[in-house]
Amino acid sequence: MAENKITLEMVKHVARLAHLQLSDVEQERLRADMDQMLGYVDKLNELDTSKVPPTAQVGEAGTPMRPDEVSNPSAQEAMLANAPAAERGYFKVPKIIE
Amino acid sequence: MATINREKYEAVIGLEIHTHLLTKSKMFCGCSTEFGGVPNDHTCPICTAMPGALPVLNQHVIEIAVRAGLAAHCEVAPYSIFDRKSYFYPDLPKGYQISQYGTPVCKGGYIDLPPDKNGAPHRVRLVRIHLEEDAGKNIHEGGHSLVDLNRSGVPLLEIVSEPDIRSGAEAAAYVQEMRAILRYIDASDGRMEEGSLRCDCNVSVRPRGHKEFGVKTEIKNLNSFRFVEKAIEYEIDRQIDILESGGKITQETHLWDPVREVTRAMRSKEYANDYRYFPEPDLPPLIVPPDLVEAIRGEMPELPADRRARYIREFGLTPYEADVLTAEREVSDYFEATLSGLKNRKTAANWVMTEVLRIVRESGKSLAEAVPAPTEVGALLIMIEDLKISLNAAKTAFATMVKSGKSAEGTVAELGLAQVSDEGAIAEAIDRILAAETEKVNEYRAGRDKLFGFFVGQAMKAMGGKANPKVINDLLRKKLSG
Ligand SMILES: [Zn+2]
Repeated sequence: MAENKITLEMVKHVARLAHLQLSDVEQERLRADMDQMLGYVDKLNELDTSKVPPTAQVGEAGTPMRPDEVSNPSAQEAMLANAPAAERGYFKVPKIIE
Repeated sequence: MATINREKYEAVIGLEIHTHLLTKSKMFCGCSTEFGGVPNDHTCPICTAMPGALPVLNQHVIEIAVRAGLAAHCEVAPYSIFDRKSYFYPDLPKGYQISQYGTPVCKGGYIDLPPDKNGAPHRVRLVRIHLEEDAGKNIHEGGHSLVDLNRSGVPLLEIVSEPDIRSGAEAAAYVQEMRAILRYIDASDGRMEEGSLRCDCNVSVRPRGHKEFGVKTEIKNLNSFRFVEKAIEYEIDRQIDILESGGKITQETHLWDPVREVTRAMRSKEYANDYRYFPEPDLPPLIVPPDLVEAIRGEMPELPADRRARYIREFGLTPYEADVLTAEREVSDYFEATLSGLKNRKTAANWVMTEVLRIVRESGKSLAEAVPAPTEVGALLIMIEDLKISLNAAKTAFATMVKSGKSAEGTVAELGLAQVSDEGAIAEAIDRILAAETEKVNEYRAGRDKLFGFFVGQAMKAMGGKANPKVINDLLRKKLSG
């Protein structure tokens, strides 16, 4: 297995996309973890899959579908019951744009 | 900006149109798609991403996607998959949008725009049409933001064009045609002002004759034909201006400011474009069986381009008339419903384009609410054709019918607008006039041709304005020459 497929830069990039703040220690620990996961994928890559079509899913063939019907009742009250903050029927969140 | 040297450059434009689909329920749950409504009322565990909730695809969404694909001459994929497009924003509760990345439901295709002023045809090719779900809506106020998830999970089609467009006007024509198609096939209500159809434009310029593309910018979220045209024209000028003064175009995303009529660049923080697409594990692949595609093909309505061609070919309308009448499906359907029993289609075309559309414009109401039923207008037009009423009388009757909602026949009778074509009655009136005006008759016979109009006027007056002018003319000519 090649060393350090995952760099600290990659960890920082993914953390930024996921809005995570990581300490230096956490960054290094995650880097090592992710590197190990890729090592596992390398193991899978030892199999010859050249004759197998790429598969996103296993399971039943065909797509289960539902008819186009409105089946849900008014939900405002129930939906906001567990919201940390709500106002005038909206979820209230910290300001998004400066 | 100084004068822009447009001659030296060519603009290259590609469009992405997003449209809400005309379904009753959302893409993956049974919540209503109704516009507006009480905030967060049309929500459930699925469209708010509660743990453990699983999406189930709305069958009607697939039917609409196939219709759109067939209307735009695409290849409908028998097998495609859904992907997760990941980004963080409070209007996106799952932290990803279910979309399609590598395998769109429709590939390729094209639409033909109505010929431009010079009669040149214009085909715009498509890259793809794919399905995705909409996000919720944020309202920013004071020190916080408010989130409404009614729109979260509403089905969307994204239609991506090839960069086959060269100007703002062409882009607007493309959006207009695509909107018309989507409305004809009942895919979308096309209400741009409500945001149910919106458009992102990729714009670049290159020196005329060059093959390779310039650096492009993207203008996001345009919601009217006029904004599409203006924003693109502005952006083309802006880019040429930068290049002419030795600068470089930066690849960035712009927003159109409709008040100041300029585009402005978004800060890079406002858009992250590392979406880390991967196959959606909660949904099996989308299988579209060929027999479903064929069944839908068999039920496809006539499209605007086909109607335009038919109106020109069969009804003898001009391209302009055909274009005006087919731009909105309800106008086109109305026009066709006036035609029954009528010989001259041109009369109906003119009537719908002038009288009917004028009333619709002035009233600000929808076609169905603003004007009498098309069959009643048809009845009025047949009366004109049969010379039972004059054109002016028909206009009077129509104005009354708009207010009263009564039938054409009843209104014409009530207002006493029927025209006298009875030759006997008209001949009698003419004889009386000629007998009383011997001097003028002699002058006319001596060569004062202009007096003909005087006699017509007198005869019409004698008949209370209701005589058929053609009969008056014919009889007068006969009697005056005799
Ligand atoms: Zn829902």
